[in-house]
Amino acid sequence: MGTGRRKKLNISNIYSFQCGRTTTRFDDDGSQIGGPGFSRVVYCNESDGVGQSYYYDADNYVRSTKYTPMSFLPKALFEQFRRVANFFFLVTAVMSFTDLAPYSAVSAILPLVVVITASMVKEGIEDWQRKQQDHEVNNRKVKVHRGRGVFESREWKKLKVGDIVKVEKDEFFPADLLLLSSSYEDAVCYVETMNLDGETNLKLKQSLESTSTINDDSNFSNFKAAVKCEDPNASLYTFVGTMEFQGQQYALSPQQLLLRDSKLRNTDYIYGAVIFTGHDTKVIQNSTEPPSKRSGIERKMDRVIYFMFFVMFLMAFLGSVYFGIVTKQDLEGDRQKRWYLGPDRSDVYFDSNRAPVASMYHFLTAVLLYSYLIPISLYVSIEVVKVLQTIFINNDIHMYYEEADKPAHARTSNLTEELGQIDTILSDKTGTLTCNSMEFIKCSIAGTAYGRGITEVERAMAKRMGSPLLVNGRDKYFDDHHDNDSNLSVKGYNFEDERITNGYWIHEPRSDVIQKFFRLLAICHTAIPDLDEETGKVTYEAESPDEAAFVIAARELGFEFYKRTQTTVSFIELDLSKKRVERTYELLNVLEFNSARKRMSVIVREDSGKLLLLSKGADSVMFERLAKNGREFEANTKKHVNQYADAGLRTLILAYRELTEEEYKEFNEKFTKAKNLVSADRDDLIDEATAEIEKDLILLGATAVPECIDKLAQAGIKIWVLTGDKMETAINIGFSCSLLREGMKQITILLESPEIIAAEKTGDENVIAKISKESVKKQILEGKAQLTASPTDPFALIIDGKSLAYALHESIKNTFLELAVGCASVICCRSSPKQKALVTRLVKDGTGKTTLAIGDGANDVGMLQEADIGVGISGVEGMQAVMSSDIAIAQFRFLERLLLVHGHWCYRRISSMICYFFYKNIVFGTTLFLYEAYASFSGQPAYNDWYLSLYNVFFTSLPAIALGVFDQDVSARFCLKFPLLYQEGVQNTLFRWRRVFGWMLNGLASGIIIFFICIRALDPESYNKNGKTAGMEIVGATIYTCVVWVVNCQMALAVSYFTLIQHIFIWGGIILWYLFLLGYGAMPATISTTAYKVFIETLAPAPAYWFVTLFAGTAALIPYYSYKSVQMRFFPAYHGMIQWIRYEGNSEDPDYVNMVRQRSIRTTTVGYTARSIARDNSLYYLNLERQPPK
Amino acid sequence: MSNAMNPTPTQSLDPSAPGRYSKRPKYSRFTQQELPACKPILTPKWVISVFMLVTIVFVPIGLASLFASQAVVEIVERYDDACAPSGTRSDKVRFIQSDANKTCNRTLTVPKHMKQPIYVYYQLDSFYQNHRRYVKSRSDKQLRSRKDENAVSTCNPEDNNVNGSTIVPCGLVAWSMFNDTFSFSTGNDVQLPVTKKGISWKSDRDHKFGKDVFPKNFQNGSLIGGARLNESIPLSEQEDLIVWMRTAALPTFRKLFGKIEVDLQAGDTIHVIVQNNYNTYSFDGKKKLVLSTASWLGGKNNFIGIAYLAVGGLCFVLAVAFTIIYLSKPRRLGDPSYLSWNRNPSGH
Repeated sequence: MGTGRRKKLNISNIYSFQCGRTTTRFDDDGSQIGGPGFSRVVYCNESDGVGQSYYYDADNYVRSTKYTPMSFLPKALFEQFRRVANFFFLVTAVMSFTDLAPYSAVSAILPLVVVITASMVKEGIEDWQRKQQDHEVNNRKVKVHRGRGVFESREWKKLKVGDIVKVEKDEFFPADLLLLSSSYEDAVCYVETMNLDGETNLKLKQSLESTSTINDDSNFSNFKAAVKCEDPNASLYTFVGTMEFQGQQYALSPQQLLLRDSKLRNTDYIYGAVIFTGHDTKVIQNSTEPPSKRSGIERKMDRVIYFMFFVMFLMAFLGSVYFGIVTKQDLEGDRQKRWYLGPDRSDVYFDSNRAPVASMYHFLTAVLLYSYLIPISLYVSIEVVKVLQTIFINNDIHMYYEEADKPAHARTSNLTEELGQIDTILSDKTGTLTCNSMEFIKCSIAGTAYGRGITEVERAMAKRMGSPLLVNGRDKYFDDHHDNDSNLSVKGYNFEDERITNGYWIHEPRSDVIQKFFRLLAICHTAIPDLDEETGKVTYEAESPDEAAFVIAARELGFEFYKRTQTTVSFIELDLSKKRVERTYELLNVLEFNSARKRMSVIVREDSGKLLLLSKGADSVMFERLAKNGREFEANTKKHVNQYADAGLRTLILAYRELTEEEYKEFNEKFTKAKNLVSADRDDLIDEATAEIEKDLILLGATAVPECIDKLAQAGIKIWVLTGDKMETAINIGFSCSLLREGMKQITILLESPEIIAAEKTGDENVIAKISKESVKKQILEGKAQLTASPTDPFALIIDGKSLAYALHESIKNTFLELAVGCASVICCRSSPKQKALVTRLVKDGTGKTTLAIGDGANDVGMLQEADIGVGISGVEGMQAVMSSDIAIAQFRFLERLLLVHGHWCYRRISSMICYFFYKNIVFGTTLFLYEAYASFSGQPAYNDWYLSLYNVFFTSLPAIALGVFDQDVSARFCLKFPLLYQEGVQNTLFRWRRVFGWMLNGLASGIIIFFICIRALDPESYNKNGKTAGMEIVGATIYTCVVWVVNCQMALAVSYFTLIQHIFIWGGIILWYLFLLGYGAMPATISTTAYKVFIETLAPAPAYWFVTLFAGTAALIPYYSYKSVQMRFFPAYHGMIQWIRYEGNSEDPDYVNMVRQRSIRTTTVGYTARSIARDNSLYYLNLERQPPK
Repeated sequence: MSNAMNPTPTQSLDPSAPGRYSKRPKYSRFTQQELPACKPILTPKWVISVFMLVTIVFVPIGLASLFASQAVVEIVERYDDACAPSGTRSDKVRFIQSDANKTCNRTLTVPKHMKQPIYVYYQLDSFYQNHRRYVKSRSDKQLRSRKDENAVSTCNPEDNNVNGSTIVPCGLVAWSMFNDTFSFSTGNDVQLPVTKKGISWKSDRDHKFGKDVFPKNFQNGSLIGGARLNESIPLSEQEDLIVWMRTAALPTFRKLFGKIEVDLQAGDTIHVIVQNNYNTYSFDGKKKLVLSTASWLGGKNNFIGIAYLAVGGLCFVLAVAFTIIYLSKPRRLGDPSYLSWNRNPSGH
C-alpha cells in the first residue's frame, strides 16, 4: 500500500507560490458556536454508548428517487394528469359514464389507461434505475471503528453521526468527515473534489495538530472528542466549529472538513469523525433539482394542440347549433316531424321543448366524440421515442471516450430534438474547446520540423484540396479515423518521425539542441510521476493536458521523468552515446504558468552545478523574450509555428538560458521577498521579478485542436466563447481554434481609456460607473457603425468582463446584442460565472433562438442551467458541470456528432412524428365529423366503440413511433459531410406552421376523399350480389378500413428510411386491424355488438368492399404523392438534395458535391474552412459575390 | 435530486483499473442506428411507374365495375306523392294517420330483361335511422333471448306499456318499423310471389334474434308507430323486422323487402298494389319502390366504375405530364439556390 517515497514527500511544497501559505486559519467565528444555526453537537466515537443517534436521526442513507413504493401511484398519477391533454382525457373518460357519451365507458377508458400506464411504467423504470444507483452508493463499504481499536467494514448507509471511519486511498468519503489524522506525519491529506466543483487539482487538507498523532487503529479505543459546529448547510467552502479534545477547545475550519463525494488521493489512509450524514451533507444539501426544461418543439406542439382543441370545440359548437334547431323543429305543438324519434316523449338530451338545453348537452357529447381529433397517445409516444433516442445517444460508439471510459450520457430525455435546433453555442474557455486532452504531434527543433502525424484539420484540408469524396461508398474520413485510433497506443502521444524516435535523434545535425529540447520537456512542468513498481511504468498526474502530453512525449523519446522530490527532478536519459543515464536536477524555483504570463519556467541546477532557466510559453510572449544570440532558428521556427497554427494546432515555444550564480541570487532574493509580501501588489511584484529573468534559445512543440468547431461553423451555428481568461489569452485561443483569423475585423470593447483610469484613481464609484457606461456604449455604437459600413466583412467582437458588466446593463444590452449578433465570432473574456449566465440569458431571450451552453467546470453551472440545453463535459474534469447539465459528453469534439447527427435526426423525427400524429387524427376526425353531418349531428359515430378507442393506440401509433425512433433522412455520414443540413433545424423548416397546416390539410383532404368515396360507393344500392344493402356497421367498418390503410400507407410514403421494423409496424398495423376485425367479430354478439361477424359475413365476401378500400386508399394518397414528387424533384429541401446525391451517386462528382457544400461556407465566416478559403482569395471573393446582401 | 451526485466508481483514470472499458457501448446495428434499410426516393422512374401502375390496375377494374353496374336492371318508382291525396303536407299527414283506405295501384314497365332473383326494396329519404337517439333505443339482449325480456333499460321511450308490461321488441327502432306492403302481379294478373326468406343476414337470424322470443305487447300502446308483428312467430323468423333493425348508415337508404324469383321480360308491365301506411309525410321523406337485379358487384351503382376510370385516367395524365416535365426540364437537381434560407441568409 503506497510507497515509502511518497510518504515523505509533501507535494504542496513543490508549488513555490504556495510556500508561505498557512495551512490552518482560525476564524474568530467560534463565538457563534452554540448560537442559532450553529447548534450541532457531535460526540465522536461514542456510537456504542451515548445515543446521539437519537439526536440526529438522519442516517447516511441517501435517496435520489422521486417516488417511494408507497407514494408512486398517487404521485405519478398526479404528475400525469397535470398535463392538459391527459386531464382532458380524464374528464372525457369520467363523462363517458354518463348518458352523454356516444360510446361505451370501457372503450373510452382503455386507451387512457394504456397511455397513462405506459407513461407511468416509464417513470417507474427511470426511478428504479435511480434506486439502483442509490443502492450501489448506499451499500459501499467503509471501515468504521467498532470499539476497542477494532475497525470493521460497514455499509455507508449504516454510518452514524460521531462514528470514526478510516478511508483509504482512492476511496470516496462516505459522509462529511472531520479529518483527525492521516498516513502522513503532519496529518495532511490530498483530496480530489472533482465531483463537487469539477476541479481536478488536488486539494490539501490538514487536521488539527492535537489529533494528528492518533494515526493508528489501536489509538482510537479511548479516543473521545466533542465537536460543536454549524448546522447542515449547502455552503461547500465554509465550516465553522470547535472541537473539545482532552479538555481543550480547538477551532475548526474548512481545512479539516472532508466532504462526501470527494475522493482521497495520494494519501494511504485517513481517520475522520462523521459530522454530517446523508441528506445533511453539504454536497447533498447543495444538489438542487435542475430546472426542468421543455423543448421549443413541445411548446409549439402545445399550441398546435390548443388549436386542435379550438377546432374541436368549434366543430362541436356548430354541430350543437344545428342539432338544437333540428331538435326544436321535431315538435311543433303536437305535430311531430320526425315522429320515429318520439320527440313527444323524449328525455332531456333530445327534448324538443327545451332545445337549447338539449343542444348544450349535445355539445358535451360532441366534444366527447370529436376528442379523437386530439391524439391521446401523442405525449406518451413522444416520451417513448425520446427515451429511445437518448438510448441511441448514450450508446453511440462514436461518442464514447475510451481514455476515460465514458460514453455520452443524456441526463434528461426531453430535449433531444432541441439538439437539432441550436442557433448559438456558448462555450467555455480553452479547455473545453481543445478537448482537454492533447496529443504531442509535431515539433520544430533547431529550425527543423519533425513529426509526421496528421491532424484532423490537415486531413480535412487534404480532403478538400484533393477529392472530398467517398471512395466506393466508403467513408474515408471515418475509416481513417478508426485506423488512427487503433494505432494510438499511448495516450497523448501521436508522434511519428523515424528521424527522432527510437533514439535516432542523435544522428541529427543539431542533436545537442534536440537533447536540450527534450530535457526541457522532461523538466519544465509541474506534473507528478506515479511509478508502478510492478511494471516499472511511469504515469503522470499533470495540471493540464498539454503538460501531460509533453512529459509523455519526452518519455517516449527517451527522456523518462520518473521522480520528483521537493527539491529535485530526476529522469533517465538516453544520452548521445545511447546509454541510459540517470540525471537528477536540483529544482530551485517554479515560476508558474498563468494566463497573463502565458509561459512557465523552472530554474534548476545541473549535476555540474550549472544554473539553467527552462521556459516554455506562447509564441506571442516568447519571441520577444529571445536574446540576440538566441535568434538563430527564429525565422524557421516562426514559419513552422504559423504552419502548425494553420493546421489547427496550438503551439508553445520552448526556450532556455544559463544563469550565473549572481544573477540567480539577485533574482531569488527579489522573488522570495515578493512572495512573502502580503500587500495587494504582491502578484505584480512577482511578475516583475520573474519577467526579468527570461531570454534565449528556441525549440517548439505543438498540440492538436479539434476540427469540430469547423463543422459546427459550417452548420451555421454561431459560437460564442465565454471565458475567464485574459483578453490576450482569449484572442490566442480564438485564433488557434479558428474563431478568429487574419483579415477579420476585430471590434474590441475595453475599459482602458485615460479618463476611466483617471476616474478609477479618484475611487468614486458613481463616476467610474457613469464614465465606464458611457464609454462602453460609445464603443458599442462605434462597432455597430463599422458593422453597417461594411456588411460583407466578417467581424469579431471581443469584450472583457468589466465592459461586459456595463454592456449587460438594461439600457444598452439590446444594442450590445445587436452588435454581437452581427459579428461572426464573439469572445467574452474575464467573465464571471454570473456574467456567463447573464450573457446566455441575453442571447436566449434577446434573439429568441435556441442556445446551447457547453462547459466543464463549476463556474459554468449557471450558464448550463440558463441555456436551452446545457452540455457538460465529463471527460477529464469534474462532475459539477455534468450534474447540472442536460447532456454530458466526454469531449468537446463529440458535440459535432451530438448536434449534427443526433440533433438533426431527433429534430426531424420528432417534428415529423408530431405532424403525422395530427395528420392521422385529423383524417379520423374528419370522417367522424362528416358522418355527423349525415346523422343530423346527433352524436352517433359510424364506428363501433372499440374501433374508436383502438384507433390511436393500436392501429396507427406504432408506425409513428417507429418513425420517431428510426427515420433518417440522410445517413450520419452525410449529416457530417453537409453540415448545412443542420440549418433545417435552426430555421425550424420541419415544424413551422406552414408544414403543420400542410399536414393538417392533407389529413382533411384524405378524410374527405375517404368518406365520400365510401358513402357514394356503398349506398344506397345493394353492395353485394345477394342484394343486401349496407347498414351502418358495414359502412362504418369500410370507412375505418380505408382510414387505416390510408394512414399507414401515408406513413410508408413519408418514411425515408425503411427498415424491417417499419415494415412490421406499418403493414402490421393494417394486418392487426383485419385480425382485430376477425377476432372481435368472432366474439359473442353480446360483446361485439355491431361488429359481430361483420368481416367474415358481410365485408370479406363482397368485392365492393375490397374495391372501395383499394380505391379510397389510392385516391386519398394521390395528392400527397403528386405533391411530394414535384417537390422532391424540383424544389427539394436541403436533405432532399443530399438524398439525390446519395441516390445518384453524385458524391463521385466533386463539382456537384462542392456546389452543395459551398452553401455552408457562405453562411459562416469562422472556422477552419472559412480560414482556408479566406487564404485562397479568388474562391473567397467568388463566394462573397455570390452571397446575397444582408 | 439528481442522480449524478452519486459518484461513479469507474471514474478513475487509472488505466490498469479493472473494467476499464466497462462502459463502452456495445456495438450493434440497432444501437448504432445502422439497420439495413431501403431508402426510397421519388425518382422520375418511380413516380411515372407508380402512376402508370395505378392506371393499369384501375382502368380494368373501373371497366369491369362499370359493366357490372350497367348489366343491372333497376326500376325505381316513387309513390309517396302519388299514393296520397294532393294538398299540403298536413293534409297528407292527416291522411296517413287516418283509417282511410290506403291501397294504391302502381304500374311499372320492365325496361330490359330482368333475371331472377329480382330484389324488391323500399327506399326512404330523409329518414334518420342513424340518429343517436334512434340507434340507441333498442335492446339487443331482449331480442336475443327470452330470459332477458325485461332488459329494456336502453329502450326509452318504448320500453314499457302504460300498464307497465314490457314491450317485446322494445325501443324506437322496432316501434317505427316500416309497414307499407307491396304485392306484384304481371300484366296478365298473374301474381308474382315475393319471397321473404333470406332477406336478412344469417348471423342476425342465428345469433341476434332469438328463436324463443315472441313479440309481446307490441304496438299496443296509445301511439302506433309502424308495423305490427305476428305474436306467434319468433323474432328470428320475422325477417322484415331483422332487416329493419339493422340501422342504415345514411338518411337515404334502401332495405330489402323481398325477392321475386321469376325472370321478368323486357316490356312486361307489373301492377303493384301498395298499402301506403308508413308516415313519411311529417318529415317530407320520399318513399320509393325499387326492383333491381344484382351483379357480382351489387346494385346499379356506376360510381365505383366511374371513379376508378377517372382516377386511372388522372394518373395516366399525371404520368404523361411528369414524363413531359422530366424530359423538357432536365433541371440540375438540387440547385441550392432554391433553399429558402439562402434567399435570406441572416435568418428571420
